[in-house]
Amino acid sequence: MNYVFEGYRREDGRYGVRNHVAVLAVMDNVNGIVRHLADLVKGVLPIPVWYGRGQFGADDLMFRRAQKGIGNNPNIHSVLVISLEKVSAERVAKSISESGKRVEWISVQDTGGSIETITKAMRILLDMTLAASSQKREQVPISELVLGVECGGTDTTSGIAANPTLGFVADRIVDAGGTVYLTETSEWMGAEQMLAKRASTPEVANQIWASVSRIENDALGRGVDIRGANPVPDNIRGGITTIEEKSLGAIIKGGSRTVEGLLDYAVPTTGRGLYLMDTAAPAAESMTGIAAGGAQIILFSTGQMNIMGCSVAPTLKVTGNPRTGEFLRDNVDIDVSDILTGTALDVAGERLFSEMLAVAGGKYTRSEALGDVDIVISRIQPTV
Amino acid sequence: MSIKAIILHPQDNVATAISEFRKGERFIAGEVSIKIEEDIPFGHKFALIDLPVDAVILKYGEAIGLAGANISKGMHVHVHNVESQRGRGDQGENK
Repeated sequence: MNYVFEGYRREDGRYGVRNHVAVLAVMDNVNGIVRHLADLVKGVLPIPVWYGRGQFGADDLMFRRAQKGIGNNPNIHSVLVISLEKVSAERVAKSISESGKRVEWISVQDTGGSIETITKAMRILLDMTLAASSQKREQVPISELVLGVECGGTDTTSGIAANPTLGFVADRIVDAGGTVYLTETSEWMGAEQMLAKRASTPEVANQIWASVSRIENDALGRGVDIRGANPVPDNIRGGITTIEEKSLGAIIKGGSRTVEGLLDYAVPTTGRGLYLMDTAAPAAESMTGIAAGGAQIILFSTGQMNIMGCSVAPTLKVTGNPRTGEFLRDNVDIDVSDILTGTALDVAGERLFSEMLAVAGGKYTRSEALGDVDIVISRIQPTV
Repeated sequence: MSIKAIILHPQDNVATAISEFRKGERFIAGEVSIKIEEDIPFGHKFALIDLPVDAVILKYGEAIGLAGANISKGMHVHVHNVESQRGRGDQGENK
């Protein structure tokens, strides 16, 4: 079966499921301007950031890599980069323009302040928006999809209904020649032996052990009792007893295929297949890493309801908890709680896969339509 | 007839309640028939067989912890009577 979606072709040969004109803040000191611009030209996607200066070494490299990856995401048609001064504006703009897409930059200090910047920016964004809105979608095989899988607000239904359903879709994408990102390193703890067994090479298996070990040692060094920290209280209330149980139920969302590699945070791959990405567990940072890695869509399983999506990659909320499906229905894109009353996994899986294709072709997700979205880049060291 | 608990893998020795169980109810699935010994909340587990101290608790066909106390068939299996194995640095033996 050859599955297709309708996507926007990008200059670098990749395809987007959205055609955003983005305005990106290089540092937090221009967030106000970025937010204003989103209200002034139709459809503009604001990407404000926290921090962005006083960062050094690995922390700075990771931040810049994530910013570049976000700008490069295939869901973005064109980018206007804004900074206070021109050195950083030009540097960030240049890194994103390597993708071939149109990137412009504005330095507030060289333009004459925030009002002049907004005026100049509006003209650029207007031009970009007219171009983006003229572009047509074309038919694309699902091998061109990079899918992120995410979970949050986990309860026992996550591991027995929603996550297996995500895994069904993940397997189909991988089998069709696409790519899947499985993240949240701390959630592999307790299940790393299963992931290592599925690694494509011994090196990848060692990377899996090493990344989980690093997280454990970091936590111990900070005096954190891992067992106490994970499962978190709302997991325990929902019935998850140990970190192993939570992790086994979590990694199922990535499907069952070979683990081709392990990527650092916000590092994209041109490889095909299932990849692990080393990220924090909280959704905002994890989804940002996924989007910076080039994912166009995110499937997000949630038992108790985490409403948040990624502003760059439309995020589908999938629940296996019938109470959530009813009481929090405004935020639920797909309800697979009927698995708990006998619906076969592949029936639920097809339901999710169909909705994912619809979203890929333009249908909004609830978090997208409601604006329950953001971008949050991880930090690994404090600002100086 | 609605299913009230899920057994995820044939090797599992716990089932996960997808409906609340009251003490004294019976869980029946195929050839399995278990008298529920305690109230089991939605999403929580109960034992399918007797699990003595240190018995490996199996869910998804994999170890999710060890029994921290003697657990009888039909009893609630959760944080009060299960020990995680993650705190024992057992990566070495798994590598």
